[in-house]
Amino acid sequence: MSTTLIKAERPLFEGADWEFSTIQRCHDAIEKVALGEMGLDVYTNQIEVIGTEQMLDAYSSIGMPLFYKHWSFGKHFARNEAMYRAGMQGLAYEIVINSNPCISYIMEENTATMQTLVIAHAAFGHNHFFKNNYLFQQWTDANGILDYLEFARDYIMSCEQRYGEAAVERLLDAAHALMSQAVHKYPRKRTNDLRSEEKRERERREHDEKVFNDLWRTVPGKDNTRSNPTAEEQRKALLQLPQENLLYFMEKTAPRLQPWQREVLRIVRIIAQYFYPQSQTKVMNEGCATYTHYQIMNRLHAKGQLTDGAMVEFLQSHTNVVFQPDFDDRRYSGLNPYALGFSMMQDIERICTEPTEEDEQWFPHIAGCNDPMNVLRDVWANYRDESFILQYLSPRLVRKFGLFHVLDDSNEPNLRVEAIHDERGYRKIKQALARQYDVAWNSTDIQVVDVNLAGDRRLILHHRALNRILLDEKDARMVMQHLADLWGYDVLLKEIDPATDAVLKEHAASPRPGIVKIETS
Amino acid sequence: MHIVDRRLNPSGKNLSNRQRFMRRAKSQIRKAVHESAGSRSIKDADEGGEVVLPAQGVHEPSFRRGSGGGIRDYLLPGNKEYIAGDTIQRPPSGGGGGGSEGSPDGEGEDDFRFALSRDEFVDLFLEDLELPDLAKRKVVNAEAMVWHRAGYSVTGSPANLALNRTVRNSLSRRIALRRPKPDELQALRDEIEELNDGSDEERRIRLEAELARKVRRIGLIPYIDPLDVRYKRFDPQPRPVAQAVMFCLMDVSGSMTEHMKDLAKRFYVLLYIFLKRRYKNVDVVFIRHTHQASEVDEDTFFNSPETGGTVVSTALEEMQRVIKDRYNPDSWNIYAAQASDGDNTASDNDKTAALLTKVLLPCCQYYAYLEVGRDSEHFPPGFIRRDSDLWQTYSTIIRNGAPMAMRKVGHRRDIYPVFRELFAKKQGAEAHAE
Repeated sequence: MSTTLIKAERPLFEGADWEFSTIQRCHDAIEKVALGEMGLDVYTNQIEVIGTEQMLDAYSSIGMPLFYKHWSFGKHFARNEAMYRAGMQGLAYEIVINSNPCISYIMEENTATMQTLVIAHAAFGHNHFFKNNYLFQQWTDANGILDYLEFARDYIMSCEQRYGEAAVERLLDAAHALMSQAVHKYPRKRTNDLRSEEKRERERREHDEKVFNDLWRTVPGKDNTRSNPTAEEQRKALLQLPQENLLYFMEKTAPRLQPWQREVLRIVRIIAQYFYPQSQTKVMNEGCATYTHYQIMNRLHAKGQLTDGAMVEFLQSHTNVVFQPDFDDRRYSGLNPYALGFSMMQDIERICTEPTEEDEQWFPHIAGCNDPMNVLRDVWANYRDESFILQYLSPRLVRKFGLFHVLDDSNEPNLRVEAIHDERGYRKIKQALARQYDVAWNSTDIQVVDVNLAGDRRLILHHRALNRILLDEKDARMVMQHLADLWGYDVLLKEIDPATDAVLKEHAASPRPGIVKIETS
Repeated sequence: MHIVDRRLNPSGKNLSNRQRFMRRAKSQIRKAVHESAGSRSIKDADEGGEVVLPAQGVHEPSFRRGSGGGIRDYLLPGNKEYIAGDTIQRPPSGGGGGGSEGSPDGEGEDDFRFALSRDEFVDLFLEDLELPDLAKRKVVNAEAMVWHRAGYSVTGSPANLALNRTVRNSLSRRIALRRPKPDELQALRDEIEELNDGSDEERRIRLEAELARKVRRIGLIPYIDPLDVRYKRFDPQPRPVAQAVMFCLMDVSGSMTEHMKDLAKRFYVLLYIFLKRRYKNVDVVFIRHTHQASEVDEDTFFNSPETGGTVVSTALEEMQRVIKDRYNPDSWNIYAAQASDGDNTASDNDKTAALLTKVLLPCCQYYAYLEVGRDSEHFPPGFIRRDSDLWQTYSTIIRNGAPMAMRKVGHRRDIYPVFRELFAKKQGAEAHAE
């Protein structure tokens, strides 16, 4: 990193207009800072310039460039278009896709400054995060996603031709309803292949030989007969119950689905799984991208590659992005992930370079280490929102945001303030906030618990109603109907209070003909 | 790094999703379209534009937590006054402390509004409707003549002279008859000139004789003969008239309530949109009447109250006058829709019937009479409880097979069915006609 600060470089552009050579120039300058000075590690970039309609298109298909056809995407398009036309909603400046090469869409009407900002934000910030964060590495395959989406689109199109649009639409409706219960939350254990099995066996034997002591034989042991598993236990084990991935369970187990229907369910499930890391890293992902663009833009300005005018334009836009209204403000709609993520990362930088006594106490491992980029790269690679907040939310930030924790117990007449930004409250607030970003805590815990395939085949599910919060009744009824349609037999959902195991509520549904053939008895 | 310009990609990528969505929500969109049509002015009723759908119809359900009950944690920024242990009064549902809640996907559950294009709007509005057979036949008959080029003729006016064709004929005739060309004459003359020195007297005489023959031949064979002349020919061709006028007649006497006027307006709107789809130009004439009639603009027609008796024939006379002044039945398709509560001065009935059968019906494509009733006295369309004066009068006319239809309407929801009934595709007849 032999960057002598030369203030005399020519600006990358003047004024608002840009052309393709400008974008190339900006990209190259940013790349120099991002890779050379910040040490980011990114997929090759592909920057695509699009217009308004295409941006609306991308909105309606979760940002993906190609997607199968379904009416719900038409609905989202129509809604966004109407809102956009009425001026109620602006469009994003960019959309970035976790693929290799990393595709970023930039809007044609952005000014040159905005394009620079967007490239720094998406093509380097998000890109680095996608490539390095452990969740993305674990759950997504950036190399294959575009091919897979193309396969999905073509497969569903061919199904429509063969089995009719109505049949495919019904199936997709049902699958979409279960999409939020269609992810594996933990990586599954892979069954070993023969070779590794053999190796493990060999290692065990070697170990046994090494520690062999004949004395052990003489020690009286416990009776080694394990009680035989009951029929119910065997049944559950065979079906891998309990199972929280409902769509997976349907795909593998539903008795009456056709092979093509299983494949369609699989497609929806795999796409849901692909987006699973994104929902867990919203704060970090946006924080990483915002921090990156802020650093890069400042560096470019310092080098003289950005004019003062462009810098002011950038700062205005940046300030809007990281603005956090107070809870009693009319504009308040939850914590802004950009604001939280950006502030936390800036705070880490501060702790590394100018720690206070408080920081020394709270973050002894990084305070004053003077290498903030190294710490941040480690953070971006190894944390998700929940663990990140739990680890790095500093008291100083709690004070800055004025965070407080309110408890709403429906059995009590009033809300109660549990903790505020004071000495006693920091830790509580940190834990409570982290929990808000914990998917396991946030998503409804619904599992298939039992089904007797040899008997009436009624599927039984449990919802462990955390904190006695029940499901939205109307929606639950509709989803249960979809579930019954897929399963082909009756389904029953029990909402259970995890504290007492009492059944709070039950939802039942019987299948309608349409997706699978239903026997009329 | 690659930069790709995607702006030139074909647009409308989302069209098929949109069509799927429209099909899915069809019944709701149709309802919304009809409701929104009622609130527009007649002339821009078919402009397309925004419709509002209730959210639950195209709702995508998912397992999500309900909004009430249980123990919930909120973490809010911007604390100013609270300390730990404070209690806050529970805000009325949906406000204040519940800020971090909200629908799971960030989308509101309010009504769903989106824009329809003009074509989508009209298509939905007029699904399965067709002009009645009767009117269709009339449309074909009501023709205007248009002159079309149709080959050449040997007679015609000088203005229509087909110059190219004439010269072409003349050329072929001159070649066929071997009319000498000016070049040939000139060549002969030059040669004779050369021989003037007396070198070859015999040849000179032969050439002079030939020259004389050729000159004579030129005189005999004209450059352009009357036989060559051709004129462009024009044939008259019938063309269906592509313009229509719609007469809205309405009784505005005191007995007509706002509700009745609203019903009438809805019917007029439907008819206007329907005609608009078939004809390029549709004029609308508003005639209101009490015991006297006058032509007014739309706003006055629907909104300004009048008092007086009820003499229907005055409106018919006014319509007759307007037709005579401005809308010649030979070049206009005339449609009329009359709305009334059925009252008429008893002595006027015969005059009304006579005017209709003798004067108006012969020049109208279609005459619809809509008898609007009060909301309370709702009866299914077609069911007649007690016939009003006008109803009885018109019944006799219809019995004699005039191009006229009448219906009773008591409630808004009946308007559209009645309209459909009047204009629904007649499938048997359709098959015959094709």
